[in-house]
Amino acid sequence: MKAATFEYVRATSVDEVVRTLADDEDAKILAGGQSLVPLLNMRLARPTTIIDISRIDDLSYVRRANGHLEIGALTKHRVVETSELVHRHVPLLADALRYVGHVTIRNRGTIGGSIAHADPAAELPATCVALDAQLVVQGPRGQRVIAAADFFHGYLMTALDPEEVITELRVPVLAKGTGCAVEELARRSGDFALVAVFAAVTLELDGTCREARIAVAGAGPAPVRATAAEAILRGNAVTTDVITAAANAVADATDPPSDIHGPAEYRREMAAVLSRRAIKQATNRANGGV
Amino acid sequence: MTGKVTVTLKVNGRTFSADCEPRKTLADFLRQDLGFTGVHLGCEHGVCGACTISVDGSTARSCCMLAVQAEGTEVTTVEGLASDGNLHPLQEAFWKHHGLQCGFCTPGMLAAASELLEDNPDPTADEIREGISGNLCRCTGYQFIVDSVQDAAQHLRSTT
Ligand SMILES: Cc1cc2nc3c(=O)[nH]c(=O)nc-3n(C[C@H](O)[C@H](O)[C@H](O)COP(=O)(O)OP(=O)(O)OC[C@H]3O[C@@H](n4cnc5c(N)ncnc54)[C@H](O)[C@@H]3O)c2cc1C
Ligand code: FES
Ligand code: FES
Repeated sequence: MKAATFEYVRATSVDEVVRTLADDEDAKILAGGQSLVPLLNMRLARPTTIIDISRIDDLSYVRRANGHLEIGALTKHRVVETSELVHRHVPLLADALRYVGHVTIRNRGTIGGSIAHADPAAELPATCVALDAQLVVQGPRGQRVIAAADFFHGYLMTALDPEEVITELRVPVLAKGTGCAVEELARRSGDFALVAVFAAVTLELDGTCREARIAVAGAGPAPVRATAAEAILRGNAVTTDVITAAANAVADATDPPSDIHGPAEYRREMAAVLSRRAIKQATNRANGGV
Repeated sequence: MTGKVTVTLKVNGRTFSADCEPRKTLADFLRQDLGFTGVHLGCEHGVCGACTISVDGSTARSCCMLAVQAEGTEVTTVEGLASDGNLHPLQEAFWKHHGLQCGFCTPGMLAAASELLEDNPDPTADEIREGISGNLCRCTGYQFIVDSVQDAAQHLRSTT
């Protein structure tokens, strides 16, 4: 339970990170350490170089720009979860982060770390997919912007090249009249989700659904966006029948794993149950409820 | 840097400096190099909470942090909770309500509970259970811990 030896570099700039990654193909970035240090301790990861980015201080911020919230990759989960800007403009993100581990984990875990780690049961990747978020990454050939929809490739796999670093998460501000809800099933508080549903519903003044965003974590090797379910809601009054049809469509879009924590059928059934609750709750909130 | 590096930090208000390998966790550094054996190590991968301490005012798993990452920080361990020989009100309440049996989880429980009460001075029993949900106890069944935290909260509210 002790890490193997490695070379330690405390990076002071993103350029230095990119350079060091390019120099050593077995180098690994260390941010909050809440996923990586356990892996090091158990020797499931044995990088030759650890590039500690946690002291690069211009990567920690939440700010509003051009209809987006821009969130620096090193911003701690807890900071985002309690950010006034996030509560006002993208409450789904704050709601989702509350389910990540425990306060102690969120005090140190970073936005970029959760996204780069890409655990299929993690809350943040699915939330990014639901919100059409973008990732800003920096590599030897400069900067590029990747849509969250194209970023998560499968179990712990992403579109990130080995010598690239995530610098920012961009999340579109939600329209007025949007309600959000997260429903998660986990065996114990703070555990990774067996299944979790992230929903945002935008209503017209007459109560019909203008826009719906639904994504599921724990439902396959990568977050699942339930586009068929969204289409069922869009343009319709959000009645019990419509909610049930949409929730069943969410379940149909999932391809959950079977493991010691639960069989696939159970997870799929729960995806429908949680979706019903989440859509209902989000709709109530869009109507001004709590 | 694969060789030893010097780490300088404050623990419970006093400055310490020692050399260690970059791969050493903060937990091992505090225990082995500085002698703060109140930092308990259960799982060493972030799950049990026994190693929870406070770093710059927020709780952290000391097994999930490298000692080198703590350079320049201010750390509080369970040894720093009591002052002038007087137990902290949380410690007092744990003692009074049997909030511990073997005591292995206690340093982490105290750190988590103390952060909870800073954020929420009047928590419900459910909020306390949520607040300590990252800390495993194999002995008490948690009820007496919840009682202890509730009593300490009341005490702290009446004295501040
Ligand atoms: C007890 C416990 C419970 C947890 N429960 C949950 C949970 O319920 N849900 C959940 O989602 N997570 C959970 N986690 C994981 C936690 O959220 C991690 O903090 C997060 O996955 C990683 O963020 P980090 O900053 O700590 O990254 P690190 O651990 O430092 O790094 C994780 C990975 O990302 C890479 N990386 C980090 N930053 C960047 C960057 N900017 N660019 C490129 N690559 C980068 C690293 O190289 C590494 O491969 C839990 C962890 C613990 C210990
Ligand atoms: S020893 Fe650190 S969480 Fe278990
Ligand atoms: S008192 Fe023994 S583990 Fe909690």
